[in-house]
Order: sequence, then C-alpha cells, then structure tokens
Amino acid sequence: MKYLLLIYANEAGMASASQESVGQMLAAYGAYTEAVKKAGAYVGSNRLRPTSSGTTVRVANGKTEVLDGPYAETKEQLGGYYMIDVPDLDAALSWAARCPGASHGTIEVRPIWTM
Amino acid sequence: MAREVTRETAEAVARRSYGKLVAFLAARTRDVAGAEDALSDAFAAALVDWPASGIPESPEAWLMAVARRRMIDAARRRRSQTDAAGHLQLMQEEIEAVAARETPIPDDRLLLMFACAHPAIDPGIRAPMILQTVLGFDAATIASAFLVSPATMGQRLVRAKSKIRQAGIPFRLPERADLRERLAAVLGAIYAAFSEGWSDPDGTEVRRRSLAEEGIWLGRLVVSALPEEPEALGLLALMLHAEARRGARRDARGEYVPLAEQDPQLWNTQLIEEAEALLLRAIRMGAVGRYQLEAAVQSAHVVRRLTGQSDWAAIERLYDALAAIIDSPVVAINRAIAIAQTRGPAAGLAALDALADDARLTDYQPYWAARAGLLARTGERAAAAEAYERAIGLEADPAVRRFLQQRRAELHGGAVS
Repeated sequence: MKYLLLIYANEAGMASASQESVGQMLAAYGAYTEAVKKAGAYVGSNRLRPTSSGTTVRVANGKTEVLDGPYAETKEQLGGYYMIDVPDLDAALSWAARCPGASHGTIEVRPIWTM
Repeated sequence: MAREVTRETAEAVARRSYGKLVAFLAARTRDVAGAEDALSDAFAAALVDWPASGIPESPEAWLMAVARRRMIDAARRRRSQTDAAGHLQLMQEEIEAVAARETPIPDDRLLLMFACAHPAIDPGIRAPMILQTVLGFDAATIASAFLVSPATMGQRLVRAKSKIRQAGIPFRLPERADLRERLAAVLGAIYAAFSEGWSDPDGTEVRRRSLAEEGIWLGRLVVSALPEEPEALGLLALMLHAEARRGARRDARGEYVPLAEQDPQLWNTQLIEEAEALLLRAIRMGAVGRYQLEAAVQSAHVVRRLTGQSDWAAIERLYDALAAIIDSPVVAINRAIAIAQTRGPAAGLAALDALADDARLTDYQPYWAARAGLLARTGERAAAAEAYERAIGLEADPAVRRFLQQRRAELHGGAVS
C-alpha cells in the first residue's frame, strides 16, 4: 500500500534555528531518504518552501479568488512529504517514526486512495 | 419440529464459530464489515436451506463457502470504485482451499483482536469493536453496556472498521519489540469488557453478566495463544478472582456486601485456585505488571479464607508498587484504605488528603465513601456525614446507595466503633 507521510513542523522555529542545527537536520533527512530508498519503500519526497511563499486559489461563482498565504493558520505547517510503498500501516508507522520530522514536529500518515 | 432443531443448530454454530469465521475472512481482506455482512447473509441462508436439505456434515465449512461467495460478489460490485481487487486476488486461494475443505479453518481471532486494539484505533472503541467482531454482540447491546446511544456506537464502529481497511492495519502478531505494548491494549480492552459486566453484581442484567463471562473467555484465548506473557496470565487471574466473589457481593435480600464483610464460604474455591495457579506461573516469569499486581491484591484478600484476615501489609506494598506504574485514582484510594488498616485511620486519612488536589476525585464515589469511612473511625462524625452525603449523591447503584445511607444513619445512632 502507498502512504503519504506529511511532515508538519513549526516554521518559525525552523527559521530561527542555528546554521549548525539546520545543517544537522538536513544531513539527517539525507540519511533517512537513503534508508527509505535502500529498503525499496521510496516512491517520492519533497521539501516545501514556507507558507509565506504560498498562495491560495478558489473559484466561487465563476470568479477566481487569489489570496496571499496558506489555506489555514495553524501552529505547525506542512513542510514536506514522503510517499512510500509498504505492506501495511505498521510498516508505514515505523518509517514515520524514523523520519527526522517526527522529532521536531508531527507526521501525519495517510493511505493513498487508489482509483 | 425439524425446523426448530435446525434453527437451534444454526444458531449454536453461529455462536461458536462466529468470531472464528469473521476473523478468518477479515484477516485475508482487512474488510471486517464485509466479513460480518457476508457471515450474517450465510447464517440467514443456512436457516432457510438446512430445514429443507438437512444439516450439512460440517456446518462451519458450509457457512464459510456461502460467506466466501457473498464476499466475492460484494467485492465485484465495488471493484470499479475501490481498490478491493488486489485484496480479493490475495485472499482467493486460501479461502478457496478452506471452502473446499482441503485445509482446516485457522483460528485468527487473536489477530483480529490485535487489529481492533491497534494504536491507530481510537482507544474508546477498541473494546466495543472486539466485542462485536470476535463475540458477535450487536451494536445495541454494546451501546447499552457502554452507556452510549446505539446510533453513536454504530457510527463509531463503522468508522473504526473502515479505518482498519483503508489505513491498512495488519492482521498479525506484532513484532517482538511492539508485542508487550500492543498486548497491553488487547488486555485493556478485555478488562474493559469484563469490568462492564462486573459492574452489575446481581447478574440480573443478562447482557452485562455475559460480558463478564465473555471477558474471561477472551482472557483464556489470549493465554492459550501467548502462554509466556505474564500480564496475560495476570489479567486472567484477576478476572477469575473477581468472578469467584460474584455470589458474595449481595446478601439474601439483595443488599450490597462490601468485600471486608463478605462470607468467604460463598467464594468460588475452584475459580480462586485456578487464579492462584495462574498468578504463580506469571510471577515466576519475572516481569511484573499492573494485572499481576492487581491479581496479587486479590490473592492477599482471599487468604482470609484460611487466616480470617486479609494480608493488609502485603496489600499496602502491592498498592505502592501499582501507584508507581499507573496514575490511577482508584489505586491511590485503595492504597489509602490499606494504610488505614496497617497504620490506623488517621494515617489513611492523611494519604487521602494528599490526593485532594486531584480534580478527577471531585465526582468519584469511592473517594468520598473511603473518606467517610475513615472519618467515622477517627470519630469526626460531622465530616463523615458530609462525605457520606457526597458519596450517596454520586452513586448509581441503588443497593450501594442503600448501604451508604445505612452507614450514614449509624453515625447518628452512635453505633460506630
């Protein structure tokens, strides 16, 4: 089954982190990505730019509304994701726990709805 | 007449094999609701078919074959809109083999329980889902036992079952590293079921009474599958100890009898002996946990059969150990009661006073009843009467309420020793 691991973390905290701890974290993500690939579970992953760079679009009554900023203000923001392919939820949860994002934020594990 | 017999046979088979057949089908499809639907269709078909054609040689295999066809039909109907096709492929071979009676039906009930008690499932719905899927209780029965409306319970069960399927919760024994933690959730659900049944001491409500029996039955199932897990043994010992005293909890007039005043002659010796043997086996494994400690407390109470007196010093030590591993007001109160027995009511009251800041205790009957009892023993009658009043106001069981009212009346009569 395919699962999306959504990484939520506090952007402000990340922005104010020292050069050194950011470097450490990126290295941890690098090692994690490599481990997921070696296990044959990797489908894809990306890091997202901060919500301040986001734009929200909605069409109502045929009119397109474009707004600066994220869809909803939350304490932790979506900062990236991994898509993995594993046998079951237990395997997905164990990958989620190993993701560096689980230590500095929260991972939401969502199964992919296969059409 | 023949019709009557076959109907009964069908129902007897249903009760005996319901959970086993649901578990087998669900474990191969992850579709718990689909397995339940298919089986209830199969039972309905059996009640129509068997009176005409006679009871098949193996009713279980017959039901399995019909249920399998129903599941495949249902999966075909859904195929266009969901991802059932892949699962269906997977399950086919083994289910075919079983339906063709080439292999016996494996017992996957424990796996179903582990799926229902998975950490990804809302803790509050784990016990109800186990009762429904493994034991075949209907949503209305479960709802009344857990004091929620049938509609709410029904919705929550449906949601939890679709979570199992959609999130891909596995039907297998957890990895060694996770086993103890996951097992704790399974044991917690079983104990919740048992406690619901236990809370009806008269056993007048058949539904609740059978919940206690089913809890014990599930406990036995876990112990037979995982005989080396000391907490599983501990829970079974605890439930058997409690069950052994069922008959002593009410007097001939139906009035409540507290443990300290129960007649040990009314305790069930056979259940107590089985519980003691289980607990001994568990303790020898050298990994203490809450259920073993709670069973050991029961064990220290039943020594009264032989010595005329509970072993309060042991009980105090056991509650000390329990308080160190679980944050529970029940444990803290029982610890204070034990202290009152070993070091006097004033020391017990001091232990209760230390809990006064716990907001959970404001509406907790046993706290006020314990307080009242200890205040009465230290001669503080006004404060005792007030605490009894709080306890009476918080009690739902009429027999216990009458007992507390009686105690309160005795304060004024000066009958307090």
